[in-house]
Amino acid sequence: METVFGLVGDGFALVVTDTSAVQSIVVQKTDDDKIMVLDSHKLMGCTGEKGDRVQFSEFIQKNIALYHFRNGIPLSTAAAANFTRNELAVALRKNPYQTNMMIAGWDKDVGPSLYYLDYIATLHKLEKGGLGYGAYFILSLMDRYYEKNMSVDKALELVDKCIAEVRARLVVAPPNFVIKIVDKDGARTLAWRKTVEEMSGPPSQ
Amino acid sequence: MSITSYNGSALIAMVGKNCFAIASDRRLGVQFQTIATDFQRIFEIHETLYVGLSGLATDVQTMYQRLKFRHKLYNLREERNMRPETFASLVSAMLYEKRFGPYFCEPIIAGLNEDGTPFICTTDLIGAKQLSKDFVVSGTASESLYGACESMYKPDLEPEELFETISQALLSSVDRDCISGWGGIVHVVSADQVITRTLKGRMD
Repeated sequence: METVFGLVGDGFALVVTDTSAVQSIVVQKTDDDKIMVLDSHKLMGCTGEKGDRVQFSEFIQKNIALYHFRNGIPLSTAAAANFTRNELAVALRKNPYQTNMMIAGWDKDVGPSLYYLDYIATLHKLEKGGLGYGAYFILSLMDRYYEKNMSVDKALELVDKCIAEVRARLVVAPPNFVIKIVDKDGARTLAWRKTVEEMSGPPSQ
Repeated sequence: MSITSYNGSALIAMVGKNCFAIASDRRLGVQFQTIATDFQRIFEIHETLYVGLSGLATDVQTMYQRLKFRHKLYNLREERNMRPETFASLVSAMLYEKRFGPYFCEPIIAGLNEDGTPFICTTDLIGAKQLSKDFVVSGTASESLYGACESMYKPDLEPEELFETISQALLSSVDRDCISGWGGIVHVVSADQVITRTLKGRMD
């Protein structure tokens, strides 16, 4: 029931994921941040098998940092996305990672870009996309309401429409979502959309 | 659902008078959900050699990267581009290397020989080469494509007529296949120029 989606706006790209960590019928955590900040200007929102998700996204993050240390310049978003695809493709016929992801980044020459990368290593550059059961609703909403070069506010309105639809129509819908943005000022958390808070202590206190 | 029909694809290559045309649909889907309508399946290896890859999208991308790598290396060593027959043999060999764990893609290779005569061929997913003198097809819509091409094809068509023929064959066939379509792209290659056009058909 995990959902990740993203869209490109005017000089920025957004990635949104739900934040539930589920094991069988139990929700272990409702504020599990699934969007990894790969470097100063890249985001990777991952969903899928929990262990694979964390291991793979950390592996990619560290390799991108390694490239930066070795070469003195950061990877471009396209290069990072293709590197990630290659890792998934090589692992696919040995020991596949069961993680789907949306990779977003901002480059000085290209501007914002968004990549769809599924668990069998299909990579595609997109303006808007989503993965998971929530995508069944989100893709249609984005087809209807997405415009090129939207402002951050308009994009957030669209994101809120998508989140509302997922909450209303998906059985076992995740309660909380995190929205991260990447633009010329970097990659950072933009907002949370919470309906359930984690308890801070035992209920008796 | 079969692994080769997971993403959906349709490809044709046709021979004309000292030219060839290669066309594909543009849909990238995950079973019945459409992800994108601008997916690239036809790749240029060099000016007069194109390869179209149908089947599982991840293998399309992996095969293209491997083929591009091999051709670049060939170019550095031989200081010239590969001939189409040689490239077809390369594709066939690379696919057969993975005989017991294959790439789920079925390429079509289209090129112009040095004397300007067109060359097309297709292979199956384990590298069985099939040369043809008129047209080759590949993808989930292949049965419809065979029928459409067989009835519409005429030998020795000029580039413009060839474009019309291949476009009509592609569009009419993908309309009968729900997992391919969403437009098309056609490259018509002659010795001196390449004309690339996108097609707008039934966008569903």
